[in-house]
Amino acid sequence: MGYPHASHPKEEVVLSKHFGDAGARTFDGWVKRGGYEALRKALALSRDEVVEVVKASGLRGRGGAGFPTGLKWSFMPKEVTKPHYLVCNADESEPGTFKDREILRWTPHQLIEGCAIAAHAIGAQRIYVYVRGEFTAEYRILQAAVDEAYRGGALGGDVLGSGRRIDLVVHRGAGAYICGEETAMMNSIEGRRGNPRIKPPFPAQAGLWASPTTINNVETLSAVPHIIAKGAEWYRSLCRGNPKSTGTKLFSVCGHVQKPGNYEVVMGTPMRELVYDMAGGMRPGRTLKAVIPGGSSVPMLSAAEIEDCPLDYEGVAAKGSMLGSGGMIVMDDSTDLVYQVMRLARFYAHESCAQCTQCREGTAWTTRILERILAGEGKPSDLDLLLDLADNMTGKTICVLSDSCAAPVVSAIAKFRGEFEAYLSRARKPALAQV
Amino acid sequence: MSSATQYQPVFVGEIRARLEALFPKYPEKQACLLPALWLVQEARGWISDGAIAEVAEVLGLTPAYVRGVVTFYTMYHTHPVGRHFIQVCTTSPCNICGAEEVTKALLKHTGCGALGATSPDGRFTVIEVECLGACGFATPILIDDDFVEGVTPERVAGILQGYK
Repeated sequence: MGYPHASHPKEEVVLSKHFGDAGARTFDGWVKRGGYEALRKALALSRDEVVEVVKASGLRGRGGAGFPTGLKWSFMPKEVTKPHYLVCNADESEPGTFKDREILRWTPHQLIEGCAIAAHAIGAQRIYVYVRGEFTAEYRILQAAVDEAYRGGALGGDVLGSGRRIDLVVHRGAGAYICGEETAMMNSIEGRRGNPRIKPPFPAQAGLWASPTTINNVETLSAVPHIIAKGAEWYRSLCRGNPKSTGTKLFSVCGHVQKPGNYEVVMGTPMRELVYDMAGGMRPGRTLKAVIPGGSSVPMLSAAEIEDCPLDYEGVAAKGSMLGSGGMIVMDDSTDLVYQVMRLARFYAHESCAQCTQCREGTAWTTRILERILAGEGKPSDLDLLLDLADNMTGKTICVLSDSCAAPVVSAIAKFRGEFEAYLSRARKPALAQV
Repeated sequence: MSSATQYQPVFVGEIRARLEALFPKYPEKQACLLPALWLVQEARGWISDGAIAEVAEVLGLTPAYVRGVVTFYTMYHTHPVGRHFIQVCTTSPCNICGAEEVTKALLKHTGCGALGATSPDGRFTVIEVECLGACGFATPILIDDDFVEGVTPERVAGILQGYK
């Protein structure tokens, strides 16, 4: 299962070049494939020089927010008066997303190298990689790679003979989607409940143990060695017309496509090529109904909307959704969208940390109302009630979990209202027993 | 505290050494809370009231605080479970690919009957979980620490045979 799927001609393999190649997993294997040369190169540069290269590359955060990586690094204080920390977010839990898992599984040294370069760039001596608790095999693979990297001198007190100390600790989560939110993640590392923190202060000012901290996603950090090795110009040239979205991105395609999996393409590649060509399109006799393009937290797009949508931050935003994590949930005409929106709402209700009222109550009520509709007990006013709830859940809480619950609800009602009305008018048979 | 038997500490010998090896990795002992709870669960299968008190003691926290953290994270068991703990993903991407049928097959073939219940022979407990992060390989299940991808109702009986 999983990798390797043969690389599709429309892919541009950079991060995924060694997926499926178990030899790349070991320290020696990684070195043999040119690994750790970028770290050596970066260590010969000053902190600022590394930050400038990454800024110039146009790399943006691949975890979902798309914030420029070099700019984020530049927020870290120049003077190191307190310990600086790098946190790598490997808590991949966004429904539809399974790309970081593949990086951890096949190329752990690619990530370690990226982490070490980033640590150098932000003046950090210690890195915490927060791996979601359910990734048991990936945790073991990464820990084994870290142990090897210490023995090989790529981590520890004198990284590659530079005299610089960089330590890396793999920290295991324990089952909480919210810990993928960066401030919740810091609380979790500190041994607390994973409640998000109010910002400001931002992590670069006061993060882990109130010290300057940068949090980057696995895929973001894994792109860094390539940028250092081949230069900002090269990375920026991986672009299909929109200079604000550069480089390659891993897209996880799942659901009703014939060839689900991870595909690495140049930013700006048409979404339709990903869904229909690389992922093989729908099963025979089926047609596309909707795509949730950036992990479950973003508004869904109709089949017509994906026809001319480029896979980049601005292109997906122009369609009223978000590129997010690049996790694409593809649903064909057999899908009961009302039921699936209920499942997503149930997900968010289950994962709400419950500290904000709008989220704690809103996710639960949204789920119950959707269940009531599916049980054939919906009221004509329920759609307005759902939209009103969604309004109260958007932009009003400490983190965006409740916004994420509202997004699929609002977009589904806007684009597929008839499916909800079919349950409300009892034209459709109930999908759930009485609630 | 229903058990009358005396609590046997977890953090002795090798497990104590593993815990102490964690301390230098963090500037504060409290950060070892999640790793310490993992050590307990690995040794005992679940986290009892006694274990909560012990973890609190070794890390300089209060039992109430530790309990608050334990109950926040869904992977820590606050009661005993079957010898093999099965988590099946039923979130939307897997749901549209038939995950609920896989769940039904798991409940039937394990003899658990209901989600969260342990089979009469003590062999299995099955729960539904939200997204396991393997959406392209629906339906994934996690049996103890083993990830199994592409599970279909037909494959369930064969998979379970490997877990006695």
